[in-house]
Amino acid sequence: MDVSYVAMHMSDGIVNAPTSVSFAVLALAAMALCAWRARTELDERAVPLAGLVAAFIFAVQMVNFPILPGVSGHLLGGALAAILVGPFTGALCIAIVLVVQSLLFADGGVTALGTNITNMALIGVAAGYGTAVLLYTLARRRSEQVPTGVLGGIAFASALAGTVCAAMGFVIEYAVGGASSTSLGMVAGYMFGTHVLIGIGEGVITAVTVMAVAQARPDLVYLLRRSRVEVPA
Amino acid sequence: MTRRRGMFWAIFAAVTLVVAGGVSYFASSSPDGLDSATLQGCQVIENGGEEVLTGDCIAQHASDHPLSASPLADYTVAGHDWSGGLAGVIGVAVTLAVAGAAFWAIARSKSRAARRD
Repeated sequence: MDVSYVAMHMSDGIVNAPTSVSFAVLALAAMALCAWRARTELDERAVPLAGLVAAFIFAVQMVNFPILPGVSGHLLGGALAAILVGPFTGALCIAIVLVVQSLLFADGGVTALGTNITNMALIGVAAGYGTAVLLYTLARRRSEQVPTGVLGGIAFASALAGTVCAAMGFVIEYAVGGASSTSLGMVAGYMFGTHVLIGIGEGVITAVTVMAVAQARPDLVYLLRRSRVEVPA
Repeated sequence: MTRRRGMFWAIFAAVTLVVAGGVSYFASSSPDGLDSATLQGCQVIENGGEEVLTGDCIAQHASDHPLSASPLADYTVAGHDWSGGLAGVIGVAVTLAVAGAAFWAIARSKSRAARRD
């Protein structure tokens, strides 16, 4: 393997075949559901932002930032995508990025696509978006018009939560079918610690991006759109 | 207003291209949190230009990528050192095309269903 490689996701062979197949089936079923449910989020007006968000996440994922000596991290993008374009469309955005990375750039295994999609597109989006809805609902109880700075804080916390939960997805997969003797406790502790740090970077990128879009085009931000059609809490 | 809206898309697209085509050169080449976790217990040693893992770690079980010979493997174009930014721009274009087509199809299937009702 080249020294200056930019591999970022799970490779093939890290979990055993039955585990890879199980998560591939899960990921495929979930993506079909997302494609169905995304119809409630996507109208012709929302399509350009959704496409651009996927491309933006591909670009930002290339930029690994240092978190510890000899260890880096990069954006996963689940919370960012879900806040901007909705959870179902957002999960599809991340899955498309992962498929392009694996099939075109040989980054992230092919049989590992199921586990990578489960971690970043399903768990990352669900945890990130769940946190965002919870915090945004609380913020709206204080004031009808949530200030942009508060929205940034919500985006930061959601991204941090999404990143740490996505990392725990790997720990679960390793526990189920890990093909190595490294202890589970060691993997869990290491993944948790590094992904809290990565989550801080993810949180900053997510907050800056969400605030910039909300400032320029609040009508496009799904989290803000959604609460206008629903009864305020 | 239309001009301002046009500006939003232009800036968003420009930032995306600059990140993929330029900022990506400044990316850390250290393994990320996940890779680093899979390397715990191993030492990476150079052996005739090849990286070899000694010890006992998860990464030893990783197989080579089946498409590692692809012309865009490892975010380069045909393996050229300078080509990371170009690979990034190609990736942005492909992702935009795939995602745009998928989302357009989903949105269109909805408006078709609505017309049937």
